[in-house]
Amino acid sequence: MTGLTHLTMAAALDGLAKKEFTAVELTEAHVKAVETIRPLNAFITETPEQALAMAKASDARRAKGEAGPMEGLPIAVKDLFCTKGVPTTAASHILDGFKPEYESTVTSNLWRDGAVMLGKVNLDEFAMGSANITSYHGNVVSPWSPGEAGNWSRQLVPGGSSGGSAAAVAARAALGATGTDTGGSIRQPAAFTGIVGIKPTYGRCSRWGVVAFASSLDQAGPMTRTVEDAAIMLRSMCGFDPKDSTSVDLPVPDFRAALTGDIRGLKVGIPKEYRVEGMPAEIAAIWDQGIEWLKQAGAEPVEISLPHTKYALATYYIVAPAEASSNLARYDGLRYGLRVEGASLKDMYENTRGAGFGKEVRRRILIGTYVLSAGYYDAYYNKARQVRTRIKWDFDEAFKQCDVILTPTAPSTAFAIGEKMDDPIQMYLNDVFTVPASLAGLPGMSVPAGVGSDGLPLGLQLLGRPFDEETVLRVGQVIEKAAAVTATPPFMA
Amino acid sequence: MSYIQGETGDWEIVIGLEVHAQVISNAKLFSGAATAFGAEPNSQVSFVDAAFPGMLPVINEHCIEQAVRTGLGLKAQINLHSVFDRKNYFYADLPQGYQISQYLQPIVGKGEIVLDLPDGSSRTVGVTRLHLEQDAGKSLHDQHPAKTYIDLNRSGVALMEIVSEPDMRTAEEAGAYVRKLRSILRYLGTCDGNMEEGSMRCDVNVSVRKPGAPFGTRCEIKNVNSIRFVMQAIEYEARRQIEIIEEGGKIDQETRLWDTTKFVTRSMRSKEEAHDYRYFPDPDLLPLELDPAWVEDIKRTLPELPDDKKARFISEYKLSPYDANVLVSEKARADFFEAVAKGRDPKLAANWVTGELFGYLNKAGKEIEESPVSAENLGGLIDLIADNTISGRIAKEVFEAMFETGEKPADIVEKKGLRQVTDTGAIESSIDAVLAANADKVAEFRSGKDKLFGFFVGQVMKATQGKANPALVNEILMTKLKG
Amino acid sequence: MSLDKATVAKIAHLARIKVPDDELDHLAGELSQILTFVEQLGEVDTQDVPPMTSVAAQTLRRRKDEVTDGGYRDAVLSNGPETAEGFYVVPKVVE
Repeated sequence: MTGLTHLTMAAALDGLAKKEFTAVELTEAHVKAVETIRPLNAFITETPEQALAMAKASDARRAKGEAGPMEGLPIAVKDLFCTKGVPTTAASHILDGFKPEYESTVTSNLWRDGAVMLGKVNLDEFAMGSANITSYHGNVVSPWSPGEAGNWSRQLVPGGSSGGSAAAVAARAALGATGTDTGGSIRQPAAFTGIVGIKPTYGRCSRWGVVAFASSLDQAGPMTRTVEDAAIMLRSMCGFDPKDSTSVDLPVPDFRAALTGDIRGLKVGIPKEYRVEGMPAEIAAIWDQGIEWLKQAGAEPVEISLPHTKYALATYYIVAPAEASSNLARYDGLRYGLRVEGASLKDMYENTRGAGFGKEVRRRILIGTYVLSAGYYDAYYNKARQVRTRIKWDFDEAFKQCDVILTPTAPSTAFAIGEKMDDPIQMYLNDVFTVPASLAGLPGMSVPAGVGSDGLPLGLQLLGRPFDEETVLRVGQVIEKAAAVTATPPFMA
Repeated sequence: MSYIQGETGDWEIVIGLEVHAQVISNAKLFSGAATAFGAEPNSQVSFVDAAFPGMLPVINEHCIEQAVRTGLGLKAQINLHSVFDRKNYFYADLPQGYQISQYLQPIVGKGEIVLDLPDGSSRTVGVTRLHLEQDAGKSLHDQHPAKTYIDLNRSGVALMEIVSEPDMRTAEEAGAYVRKLRSILRYLGTCDGNMEEGSMRCDVNVSVRKPGAPFGTRCEIKNVNSIRFVMQAIEYEARRQIEIIEEGGKIDQETRLWDTTKFVTRSMRSKEEAHDYRYFPDPDLLPLELDPAWVEDIKRTLPELPDDKKARFISEYKLSPYDANVLVSEKARADFFEAVAKGRDPKLAANWVTGELFGYLNKAGKEIEESPVSAENLGGLIDLIADNTISGRIAKEVFEAMFETGEKPADIVEKKGLRQVTDTGAIESSIDAVLAANADKVAEFRSGKDKLFGFFVGQVMKATQGKANPALVNEILMTKLKG
Repeated sequence: MSLDKATVAKIAHLARIKVPDDELDHLAGELSQILTFVEQLGEVDTQDVPPMTSVAAQTLRRRKDEVTDGGYRDAVLSNGPETAEGFYVVPKVVE
């Protein structure tokens, strides 16, 4: 039943409810799909036995009339979420052999609601990257890569850091996947692979049990093939968690109910500063197209100004590495993961961390260490925190004039592995449109809007007021329907 | 001012103390693991305390309350807005690779501590700040020749770091500071002050200077765990520094260790490297905001503290400052005294408590809480003196028996037949016998040698085994001698 | 800001990451490039702008002083590269 892997979550829930198939059948199809897409290197750990056991339990619950909101839906979990008894690597050598004795809050919520785990998917090491090329477990290949599987004529990146999540969902090996977004790690790979990805407001999803990259920015969110699926999965993922001091104690709305399609009278902000110099014509064109679609649906575009946009990347590349340099200090070879012995404790630390961290992680730890060090704190770190405040203020002002903001998600379509690799700054520029909302803690979503001249997916980004994911999802679905993208990746399960 | 005499003249010691006081709480500062002392290694460790991936801190409200209570007890400014920072450094018993502490914005600001010096005088030492932070784990170096063992039970336990101004000038003052701080913490119930178990540890900053000169370069002696060691370490360190300077050397600012077997301070090799702690606000936590009404509520529940108690003891019971000091230094002692003094002569009560009782306790190595003589029984003893059942002298004998057996004074008096003789007839016959046996002395007395009166009293008491009522003896003896 | 080799070595040591000598130059170049990039923040007027600690508009939540965690030594030690007698074990630390 290969057709099962091409269903949306909503359709799968329908089929399960109507007993057209069982969770076990749905899961078996996906387990097979996971094997099929191995050439993409999307999974670090496959958990077929656990998946089938969970599916069986799910069928039993459904039979008892106890079906949860995601009952029986097979999903992939970014290998940044700690999963009890299942290796959790953060795609880093330094977490070699680490098997958590605990389960992250977000994944616990998903299992509570009936979801089934297919395995742990690849990512950039510690979620640091925009192309999924920094993983210790190897690059992830986008299913959009042309050529034969494993013998691609051009190996495209799936984006990052949630590259494995994006590839698995786009290639129809999972109905959805968890992602995490620190500066665009859900939205950019969603755009590169033609799927939907939403980063909710900071504080919506608990960070407990998610390997930390930059604590003040990290947020989990769903990656799915439709906006409706994102609404279903987001509802299960979020919720107040007393174990996370930054978790917000607010009720979780029924996001699916917000998808009314009615956006009449809504003011859509178009930030003029996002028309960056050298923006490719097709990016500008899809953006204009998006504005047009929303106008046709009765929304009103308004030009807004986010004057500090151009400083967002620089701010991000101080704040995130600074926090990361401290968050990653716990990987010392003492209590879990890799240990490379040394004559002294200091040698053991340096050997372990020298061998355990990849180049990009090392680069960011060093930058972070530097900007926090004596004599530089004010000039770099504190300055960046002040600029961050101004960026937040920009959005506060903007949302006085509009209800939602529309921008492109990424400055280009997916690029090939090997491109943009030598120059860290070039790579960082991928996040130019996604980083500002991360700094301001706002909800942001990427929706497939079309394909570029190279036939590769293009995404549009919607940003909302804090805790107004509902508007973001509603407007996103209007674009999704108007765009009606039919292109699918050449390589699918 | 007391100076140290060097080769080149007088030197003054400048001392500041950083005291780490473990907060009394059931659970740790940022995790729900237990804090009890002496548990099996790593048995009171949560995944948060061991810094597993993805673990997050959530603050214990009682620890905040304890810090505020302590701040109020130190008459300090309570900061309604404070921030938790990460202090980043690598160490085997620091699992996170950083300690959550408070750096620029601590929960408590400037306060003060009044030192009660042995000569009865007092001196005020400034408290710079108090902040909350996590304790580290424990490294055990003697389990294995080539390895260090790590126990994280203490990791994450709440500490208050209480920093003094460099206001102390002698080792004695430093000792008095720690004693007084410990007393206040115990009164408040915020720290048990048990230095042997490590619930109170001192970092001692010592520098020397010529009187009136600017501060010299200081050395920090880490983790000194008894008041005696604090004082010894200061004495040693000051002399070491003076010697170096007088020999033309220069003091290196460094961290040192008090060697409790050799009685010297020595440089800590592991802390030699220059530190760059890279403090920054912990992004896993938000700023701590206190409600002023909540702080007021805590203030209202503060117990009477040693300084106030001392003042009250002096005014209410007319005690000497010295006695008052001795009694208020520990709340249990003060409570004991007040129980004894209630409805009795307070000076007598104070004498018995500070004299006999403390003397015996001291000799037996017991705390007041372990006293075999209860406050009620000591009061009973004083009552027996007051109603002439026994004399003061006999009372001491009774007290000794009370301390040994814990029995009631009245029972001891009965059992031992120590009741005072008040039968004038019996006394008279004893006196007659004494006078008859010492006719020569009687003559001397009558010829003007008044001082012999004491001799006769002694003889009579001896003859009655001390049980005769001294007042009656005096009265009858005087009548008979004059007659 | 241009970082020299010695500074990179110093930071690497502070971060306890062993960096082979022959990588220091290249790394210094990369880090300098990133620092130069972020230095554009100098253009932003941040006079009287409060530095942001968290985007979450709330105050610090507190938990009750109850023992709710810990007491699972085996789980805590199960991932340890070297343990003995209930302890984590590391090379001898000299104080």
